[in-house]
Amino acid sequence: MAFEGLAERLQGTLKKIRGKGKVSEQDVKEMMREVRLALLEADVNFKVVKKFIADVKERAIGQEVLDSLTPGQQVIKVVNEELTKLMGGEQSKIAVAQKPPTVVMMVGLQGAGKTTTTGKLANHLRKKHNRNPLMVAADIYRPAAIKQLETLGKQLDMPVFSLGDQVSPVEIAKQALAKAKEEHHDYVLIDTAGRLHVDEELMGELDEIKEVTSPEEILLVVDAMTGQDAVNVAQSFNERLGISGVVLTKLDGDTRGGAAISVKSVTDTPIKFAGMGEKIDALEPFHPERMASRILGMGDVLTLIEKAQTNVDEERAKELERKMRTNDLTFDDFLEQLSQVRNMGPLDELLDMMPGAGKMKGLKNVQVDEKQIGHIEAIVKSMTKAERDDPSLLNASRRKRIAKGSGTSIQEVNRLIKQFHEMKKMMKQMSGMQKGKGKKKGGLGGMKFPFM
Amino acid sequence: MSFFKKLKERITDQTDSVTEKFKDGLSKTRDSFVGAMNELVKDYRTVDEEFFEELEDILISADVGVHTVMTLIDELKDEARRRNIKDARDIQPVISEKLAELLQKSEEESKLNIKENELTVILFVGVNGVGKTTTIGKLAHQFKQEGKNVLMAAGDTFRAGAIEQLEVWGERVGVDVIKQQAGSDPAAVMFDAVQSAKSKKADVLLCDTAGRLQNKVNLMKELEKVKRVLTREIPDAPHEVLLVLDATTGQNAMSQAKTFGQATDVSGIVLTKLDGTAKGGIVLAIRNELDIPVKLVGLGEGMDDLQEFRAEQYVHGLFSEVLKEADEAAED
Repeated sequence: MAFEGLAERLQGTLKKIRGKGKVSEQDVKEMMREVRLALLEADVNFKVVKKFIADVKERAIGQEVLDSLTPGQQVIKVVNEELTKLMGGEQSKIAVAQKPPTVVMMVGLQGAGKTTTTGKLANHLRKKHNRNPLMVAADIYRPAAIKQLETLGKQLDMPVFSLGDQVSPVEIAKQALAKAKEEHHDYVLIDTAGRLHVDEELMGELDEIKEVTSPEEILLVVDAMTGQDAVNVAQSFNERLGISGVVLTKLDGDTRGGAAISVKSVTDTPIKFAGMGEKIDALEPFHPERMASRILGMGDVLTLIEKAQTNVDEERAKELERKMRTNDLTFDDFLEQLSQVRNMGPLDELLDMMPGAGKMKGLKNVQVDEKQIGHIEAIVKSMTKAERDDPSLLNASRRKRIAKGSGTSIQEVNRLIKQFHEMKKMMKQMSGMQKGKGKKKGGLGGMKFPFM
Repeated sequence: MSFFKKLKERITDQTDSVTEKFKDGLSKTRDSFVGAMNELVKDYRTVDEEFFEELEDILISADVGVHTVMTLIDELKDEARRRNIKDARDIQPVISEKLAELLQKSEEESKLNIKENELTVILFVGVNGVGKTTTIGKLAHQFKQEGKNVLMAAGDTFRAGAIEQLEVWGERVGVDVIKQQAGSDPAAVMFDAVQSAKSKKADVLLCDTAGRLQNKVNLMKELEKVKRVLTREIPDAPHEVLLVLDATTGQNAMSQAKTFGQATDVSGIVLTKLDGTAKGGIVLAIRNELDIPVKLVGLGEGMDDLQEFRAEQYVHGLFSEVLKEADEAAED
């Protein structure tokens, strides 16, 4: 059961409509069924889906779609807009207390990623907001949970408050707050133990911690892979504690993350952060409109562009562009470009973000092997300076030497050289094309869905 | 009603305590599931399109998976047409029957493959935070109770505090942990562990691994290497590769089962955190589509809260209210 994006799903229905002068209500109904399935496959809670479909259908039948020339595109647009709206239009910031310290409580089920997120959040607060947080190890139940937070604290070189696992979490929280005041920490991050939302006793403990620390933020940490149950969990935690925001973790996986919509719709609190990896700095602000595209399987162009912006050196890019135009690209540039792309993150992740990548032939199940790129790097680095500047020097004996030097085979070296020449050729064509057409119109706004 | 009677007879043969625990753990699942089902039957008197749509919702809300639900619903529609079932109450046993059929398909495979008088190696894999280490601790306790000589390998060298977590479990249940320092190569830990298990003449070696998301190619390759090292040292090891799945996980569990299956040839599933309100219905979908059997279920945080999976009890847990009604009907 491969995940299909909404776009692919709608294709069957669209084929039927093609050639028809007008789209009937029945057609819209059929499309809505596909939308429904896409959302359900993405783990959006079925009740939420039902309500959502009713809303969208109304808008869709209300002439917007029927009169449109490309009904499929129109439906996707409407769905995307409504989804974004549902997830809350803009991002929101973490709270700041009137009088420091600001207390943040991390709560959630077991294994959602509270401790890791606590560490990431501390790092985020220091790096992006210039704060001085104190992390509090209040998970006395899971073996070595305190040790985990302490290790994170050591990695970050930030203080962790703990009283061992024999003191009650309420007492730990109380003392931590006193210490934070004393030592002038402006944030206190309390890492609580994971617990089931139906566990009366442990939920009561959270009540008490809330009582003694009066936190500005209670963040519910939710695993992005959560299924239909996300609604129950979020509702229980929210009713009991009144959560102020959500952190969605493990979003670097291949889950669609429909839980985001479920959680948002039952708690009506913003999703503030997204956990995007195991590294300590892999915590990002949550972007509702990107999440909508992801849930619908339409790629995440915005994140891709942002990644490119932060990681690609503009000067170098300009230089490269000049070289592309004049067609004197060398292997050094090739290597340079490769490393810039690599800076943006794992390649398979980048591919996932490309809309339509799933549809491209051969790309569908491609498993990008980072090692392969390592090989290419090794090959280029085994060339002499002269060879890199002038690939035509590469005769058989030089190739043999390069293969030996890089620990690869002659075949691999040959393949790379061939690819390099093809790339050069392609660039020549591209630069020629652009000259002819003048400036390409519209960035994102003019972007067409790739399947229509 | 004969289906329920048969089911009940088979279950009462089994020990009551296990059934009780299973029922306890599953009670929330059952309550919501059966509650919804009963409501469905009450609300609709005739079996029509709307009825099936509602049924579809119930199954989907249990995380069974859209694809499996669709197949199931289609089969039920056919069945209803064939038997000319019009009354909703009559179709209820048919629904239960279908679910049981799906689960019982490979019931005999649910036993762990434990070698007698030689070393059994069990490798645990899964994404982050599903409960691998906890499951290993519980299982070590069980084997220890059976008088087996158990060793645990701290193969999660990545996550902060993971080695310590396993060590605490080791102390708790009285089992040695083979470890290296954090950040070392997990395959090297496994090599050490196998050597140590051989020289100590251990019966069971439980291998922990770091949680990893299945779309991280490099990490999956690392896992392949861990498995390869085990196989190199003992040709038929690992004797079990258990994929640990969190019952709260939605459709992504299918992708997990597929990818981990490809990388490590998963032989069984451990379904954890079934004591919450999560319904764990993904079990049905995974059995249906990948034919990987569930071998163990985690029903709580205590040392004894790991149970062998029994399809019949699972269904019993889901439908005990329905069973009661069937009983009463039979007595009338």
